[in-house]
Amino acid sequence: MEWIFEPWPWYVSGPLIAFTMFLLIFIGKQFGMSSNLRTMCTMCGADSKADFFDFDWKSQRWNLIVVAGAIIGGFIGANLLSDDLSVAINPDTVTILEDLGFNSAGKAYLPTEIYSWEAVGGIKALIILLVGGILIGFGARYAGGCTSGHAISGLSNLQLPSLIAVTGFFIGGLVMVHLLFPLIF
Amino acid sequence: MRSIGYLLIGIFFGIVMFKSEAASWFRIYEMFQFQSFHMYGIMGSALLLGVIGVQIIKRKNLKSFFGERISFIPKEKGFSRYMYGGIIFGLGWALAGACPGPIFTLIGAGFLPILIVFIGSLLGTFLYGLLRKRLPH
Repeated sequence: MEWIFEPWPWYVSGPLIAFTMFLLIFIGKQFGMSSNLRTMCTMCGADSKADFFDFDWKSQRWNLIVVAGAIIGGFIGANLLSDDLSVAINPDTVTILEDLGFNSAGKAYLPTEIYSWEAVGGIKALIILLVGGILIGFGARYAGGCTSGHAISGLSNLQLPSLIAVTGFFIGGLVMVHLLFPLIF
Repeated sequence: MRSIGYLLIGIFFGIVMFKSEAASWFRIYEMFQFQSFHMYGIMGSALLLGVIGVQIIKRKNLKSFFGERISFIPKEKGFSRYMYGGIIFGLGWALAGACPGPIFTLIGAGFLPILIVFIGSLLGTFLYGLLRKRLPH
């Protein structure tokens, strides 16, 4: 059982993600995480500002429970099922990241250069995280789904719109990492 | 009863997101540098099993746990919203190194600055709701 405390390889993780999707399908629901952000906006009263948020959020209560589970799962994964949180990425990637100023590469789960309160106090990291979040929320709703809804659910159902969206995800990601990161970091 | 099912599915998903390192900023960066097969293997194997499973459900007309018909809602046809929205999402995915599922997982894992990404994602969703009618879809 030692393996459970190690990082899980792709051939374990991928099938388990598919399993998650099928559990939801067989319980009569669709796998999609970003729609919860819309539900939360409605719960906060956004329905009075735009009709996009004017829907019966209680119909999405089930998905909010999945979210609560995902939070608990994160706690269990980090605190009960892991000995060492560092992520063993490719040494070449570590070198590139160190050149960009990410000295925590290969030594942590998230880069402390942006994901620590100390860094966030330096404003730049705060702006990076906030802007990153805005792009994620805006883009996911504009595209009608995120990695779970399009890349996993949509493509599993051979949906052309999902293929277009996932192509977009990669164009955006590649532009960010290869063209914008050298300007930002 | 079903609520407990949703909660357990969520817990399972959260553990998988964390332990697979799909919730790690570093893994996302490494993926966009094409320097590891890890993330492609995760998505590829999930997708392969997903495609096969969905085909089986459709062809065999499998019913849900509760005996209901399983329906797959097709995505609306279109191009602009998927491409533009996808690119915007991808920019954020690479910058923050997290997508919506992992955002929640990381809150539970105790990386609390992720809350800023979470608040940003709510703002972004709200902004989309305000601008939706003026955007090409």
